[in-house]
Amino acid sequence: MDTMEQNPVHEDDYVPDELEPSPIHEEYAPVIFAQDTISHVISIDVLSGKEDRENVLRARESGKGVLTAPFRLLKTNRLGVILTFAVYKRDLPSNATPNERIQATDGYLGGVFEIESLVEKLLQQLASKQTVLVNVYDTTNQTHSIPMYGSDVSGDEFYHVSFLNFGDPFRKHEMHCRFKQKPPFPRLATGTSIGILVIALLVGHIFHATVSRIAKVEDDYQEMMVLKKRAEAADVAKSQFLATVSHEIRTPMNGVLGMMNMLMDTDLDVTQQEYVRTAQGSGKALVSIINEVLDQAKIESGKIELEAVLFDIRSIMDDVLSLFSEKSQGKGVELAVYVSDQVPQQLIGDPGRFRQIITNLMGNSIKFTDKGHIFVTIHLVEEVFHSIEVERESTSKDAEHTLSGFPVADGRRSWEGFRAFSHEGPLGSFSSTSSNDLISLIVSVEDTGDGIPLESQPMIFTPFMQVGPSISRKHGGTGIGLSISKCLVGLMNGEIGFVSEPKIGSTFTFTAVFTNACPNSNELKTQQINNQPHPATSEFNGMAALVIDPRPVRAEVSRYHIQRLGVRVEIVSDLKQGLSTVTDGDASVNMILIEQEVWDRDSSISSHFVNNIRKVVEIDKGKGIPPKLFILVNSSSSFRAGSTASCLHNPTVVTKPLRASMLAASLQRAMGVGNKGNPRNGEHQGLSLKHLLSGRKILIVDDNSVNRTVAAGALKKYGAGVVCVSSGIEAITMLRPPHQFDACFMDIQMPEMDGFEATRRIREIENSVKDRELFVHLPILAMTADVMQATHQECSKCGMDGYVSKPFEAEQLYREVSKFFQSS
Amino acid sequence: MYSVAQLVEYTSSLFQQGFLDDQFNQLQLLQDESNPNFVVEVVTLFFEDAEKLLNQLEKEIGQENNIDFKRVDALVHQLKGSSSSIGAQRVQRVCIAFKNYCEEKNVEGCFKSLQDIKQEYTLVKTKFETLFKMEQQIFAAGGSAPR
Repeated sequence: MDTMEQNPVHEDDYVPDELEPSPIHEEYAPVIFAQDTISHVISIDVLSGKEDRENVLRARESGKGVLTAPFRLLKTNRLGVILTFAVYKRDLPSNATPNERIQATDGYLGGVFEIESLVEKLLQQLASKQTVLVNVYDTTNQTHSIPMYGSDVSGDEFYHVSFLNFGDPFRKHEMHCRFKQKPPFPRLATGTSIGILVIALLVGHIFHATVSRIAKVEDDYQEMMVLKKRAEAADVAKSQFLATVSHEIRTPMNGVLGMMNMLMDTDLDVTQQEYVRTAQGSGKALVSIINEVLDQAKIESGKIELEAVLFDIRSIMDDVLSLFSEKSQGKGVELAVYVSDQVPQQLIGDPGRFRQIITNLMGNSIKFTDKGHIFVTIHLVEEVFHSIEVERESTSKDAEHTLSGFPVADGRRSWEGFRAFSHEGPLGSFSSTSSNDLISLIVSVEDTGDGIPLESQPMIFTPFMQVGPSISRKHGGTGIGLSISKCLVGLMNGEIGFVSEPKIGSTFTFTAVFTNACPNSNELKTQQINNQPHPATSEFNGMAALVIDPRPVRAEVSRYHIQRLGVRVEIVSDLKQGLSTVTDGDASVNMILIEQEVWDRDSSISSHFVNNIRKVVEIDKGKGIPPKLFILVNSSSSFRAGSTASCLHNPTVVTKPLRASMLAASLQRAMGVGNKGNPRNGEHQGLSLKHLLSGRKILIVDDNSVNRTVAAGALKKYGAGVVCVSSGIEAITMLRPPHQFDACFMDIQMPEMDGFEATRRIREIENSVKDRELFVHLPILAMTADVMQATHQECSKCGMDGYVSKPFEAEQLYREVSKFFQSS
Repeated sequence: MYSVAQLVEYTSSLFQQGFLDDQFNQLQLLQDESNPNFVVEVVTLFFEDAEKLLNQLEKEIGQENNIDFKRVDALVHQLKGSSSSIGAQRVQRVCIAFKNYCEEKNVEGCFKSLQDIKQEYTLVKTKFETLFKMEQQIFAAGGSAPR
């Protein structure tokens, strides 16, 4: 069949009313059969319409299904398409030419599809929740797409494009789907998102804040570490600085003090001496301040160590006493030290530091006390612990029973709180001392001073704290002393405490632990003394003394000091009792020590006493030497000796505080037994000795060359002419009259012939001089190192005129020599 | 080269340690222009004396079972006397203890005391020698030792 040109027929032109019988054509394609629904198309020439014609022709050429463009259908006027198939007479191979196909065409098959219902039916099957609007287009002509189904649509909404393939390659169809309704505002999603976002932001913020805070804290920490290091370094530097500077200051200071000491030894008049003494005092104060500051620095850097050496606590107390005796005498305050018998003679510990603590406490007491007493006691802790109730009740509560009669703060309260005394402490379950090598001492410093105000009491051990600004002005000092003492006490495994009542007084107490150096000598004092000879003790061993003092505490202190010299002591409380003891007792009393207040009480009783003592001696010759009288005074200025001026035996004044060595010196002097005394008065004696001895010719007899030389040197210094011989026999030869000697100093213990024998012979020779006019009694003085040996009796028996000690002691020498020489 | 300050310090230390006592001061006071070497002379005498005595003591004590306590006592008495004359305090003290042991006829004690005396003597001799050397140097250098 031939294809023919056909006028384009617009779809709208296909109006059913205008259908007419078809004109004559070469070819016709009438509809022969049709479904009932479209029965109206029967007998219409399909080739008449343009579209249809094209369709048909294409179908028969291609052998495939062909779709028309959508157009309005005849009857319904609804959009639709027609699918046309060509039916062939026979099977054609797939590569058949279009001509062959045209030739083989037998007829056509057409299907009418209404798009709308088609799509709707399809869509119904696929209905979803959301209402979907579908638009189907025939897009064969790109620029002009023919809508096949669907309502008009606004162009800018979101739609989904799907391609439809009905099987006709010539035609293209598209389906546009879109939601009918605009999507609702996704409130939940947005809200949730915003919520999450906010939360995320917050969390992020928290993290950030935490991290930055951590970073900041770390930075601060680093800064602090740096600052801390700097502070520590500064502290160390400060301590080092203190130590260095103090050391540097100390060295020249010591030089200054040393020079002043040497200056003191040269010839100075009184004013100059006064000046030097003042300078010395200031210098010493300065040195002690420097030492305190150094100690403080050492304590802070923890560098203090305690020594462990042997020391005698009693001699340390003597030293401390001598430090303070002047000041206390000047203030009229009675100073006393008592060490219990149970405290061993020797201990192992650090004496210097112990002394420091005691000096500090006593120094404080002296500063703040103007009346009454300062009483230092040292006991074993066990003594105090066991005798808590018994002793103290009777002594401390009653004002009468204190050392000076002034009331004191209750000392017990200062140590009651010590750990050592509680039941858990080491003494709670205490066994005997002897099993333990450690000795715990408890030391108390009791004074009747101003006391410490209650508000200052808690801070008293704090360094650099002083009770008030006025105190530091009035008394000086740096305020470190007590804190150093506390630290030292701690180092000695002790505790320190105090009790203080304003206007009444204070008592400071501390404990300290030492090692016992002589574990087996808890017994007799005398044994100890023999083992450790105090130079004076051997001389007084076996003597007896009587102490007259109404105050038991004070009397005990006196007894303690006198006993240290080996002298037995008895205590009575007034002169009458004293007299009866001397007269009635069996043993002879060698010395009587009377407290000043007893002596001053009634001068008539005192003189009566003195006279009676002498009478006793005279009556009972067996007693020998009358007991020497001593008056114990607090300060020499306050003593009036006027009342006893009439007596021949002037009592010797002994100034308190009592110290063993000083006491021994006084006793020796008074008893006529010389020894190394106090050379303070040496100047005075020296001058007078010069007057006595210059120009005299003196013979010295001693077998020991050293002693000879020294004695000779001493006498030569006083201007005497000296000759030395080394034996008694030589002496006799030298002293055969006539001789030029004015005096002779004779050693006693010599080999071959001792001093006594020599003197006896010399006296015999003297006495044998026929001519009385030529009679010469040569003053012969014994030189002896041993007091006991040369008693007065022995010497006078053999004709000696006196004795002096070896080596010479100026005072004693003067005394003896002045007996037979007058000042020239 | 020693300085005066060092000498002073050394001397004070000897006093502090108990080697010397006040008698030594007195000795020094006895030295003057008319007697310029008094101290050295006396101390030298002491050395000679002490060494002789110590030798004799050794001999006596060495007899162990047959100690003649009286003789020992007499020798120690001599040493005590001379040491106290020059102020050698520690030597003197040991002598006193020695004498006590002699009185008690305590052999052990005597042995010990002899050792102590020898030790103390040696110590004090060394100290004196050092002291004199220092003084000599200072003097030679034109200074003068303080008294």
